[in-house]
Amino acid sequence: MQASIPSIVGQMIVFAIFVWFTMKFVWPPITKAMEERRAKIADGLAAAEKGAQALKAASSKADDELKVARTQAQDILSTANKQATQLIEQAKAAASAEADRIKASAAADVERQVSQAKDALRKQVGELAVLGAAKILKREIDAKAHAEVLGDLAARV
Amino acid sequence: MAEGHSPAEYVTHHLKHWASSEDAGFITMDAWHIDTLIFSTVLGLIFLTLFRIAAVRATSGVPGKLQNFVEIMVDFVDNSVKDSFDGARTFIGPLALTIFCWVFLWNCMDLLPVDLIPQIWAQIYGAMGHDPAHAYIRVVPSADMSATFALSLSVFILIFVYSFKGKGVGGFAREFLFHPFGPKLLPFNIILNTVEYLAKPLSLALRLFGNLYAGELIFILIALLPWWAQIIPGLGWAIFHILVVTLQAFIMMTLTIVYLSMAHAHEEHH
Repeated sequence: MQASIPSIVGQMIVFAIFVWFTMKFVWPPITKAMEERRAKIADGLAAAEKGAQALKAASSKADDELKVARTQAQDILSTANKQATQLIEQAKAAASAEADRIKASAAADVERQVSQAKDALRKQVGELAVLGAAKILKREIDAKAHAEVLGDLAARV
Repeated sequence: MAEGHSPAEYVTHHLKHWASSEDAGFITMDAWHIDTLIFSTVLGLIFLTLFRIAAVRATSGVPGKLQNFVEIMVDFVDNSVKDSFDGARTFIGPLALTIFCWVFLWNCMDLLPVDLIPQIWAQIYGAMGHDPAHAYIRVVPSADMSATFALSLSVFILIFVYSFKGKGVGGFAREFLFHPFGPKLLPFNIILNTVEYLAKPLSLALRLFGNLYAGELIFILIALLPWWAQIIPGLGWAIFHILVVTLQAFIMMTLTIVYLSMAHAHEEHH
């Protein structure tokens, strides 16, 4: 057991060099790496948090959009329905107007044909009357001479 | 145990340093303890190399196994410093890390078989043409007061550096002269503070030295037993010594931190 003064001094110098080396070349890079990793992990956690929040916001926005689209669709549907009823009403009105018109023209036709038939019958009745009269009078009646009489007769029938 | 020696000769042989010159005195002024210097420096270089490799390869991404280990050590030391020292840790952190790892490796040398390196050294010494019987070597630097006092005296110097930095020279002088009994009992203050300041490096060095010297001595004594009787006590003492090795390194580091933080702190305990 012996304490050696030169050894103590030598050891102190070695110790000082070792501490200096550790302080200069060992401690800073390692603590820096650890600090950087800590920051990285913190950033990652913050980013995850932000992502979750963004997802929540996006889903609620999507819900809103869906709601808007649904009401829009409802609106479009109801206007389309309204238009369809309008169109049907218009078509109905046009059709009934057309039907009226056709009916009216048909009625006018019938009227005209009836009057034509009446005229023809009148004429024929007149001729028959003349023929009958001629036969009764046993005399020849000049059709041309008595056309006026006959016409008058026919008109009166 | 080497043949042809008495147990006392064996023990004294194992407790003699490989010194640069013969000097039997308790305190020597001119004999270098070459074994302590070589082993402690080599162990320190192993520590620095390992940690420097990790520092060079250090990445903030996924760390490798070496970096993991080194980061655990650095984190452990950093937290120990943080617990009691409330200033910048740019110096105290590396200081505490160096002390812990260096002393730990010193103490670990105690776990090598007591005759392993001395036998190899005797062979080399004999091959160099000297008498192998005079090949002295001690492999545990912390079982040499020179190494432990070197650490504790360095810490002692740092205590003053930190006192001056934290309190100023005037503040330090005031505390030394007027504390703890007040200005009227100045001589007692001086005596008490002197004892207190001297006790720090002494206890720091002698605690480590005493523990490891005793451990080494018991390993040497176990080595004196017949080989079949060595196994159980050797194993038991080695297992127990794992605790001592780690604990003494930790105590050395922690006390260093505590002493320096006490020196640095402004006196608030009035």
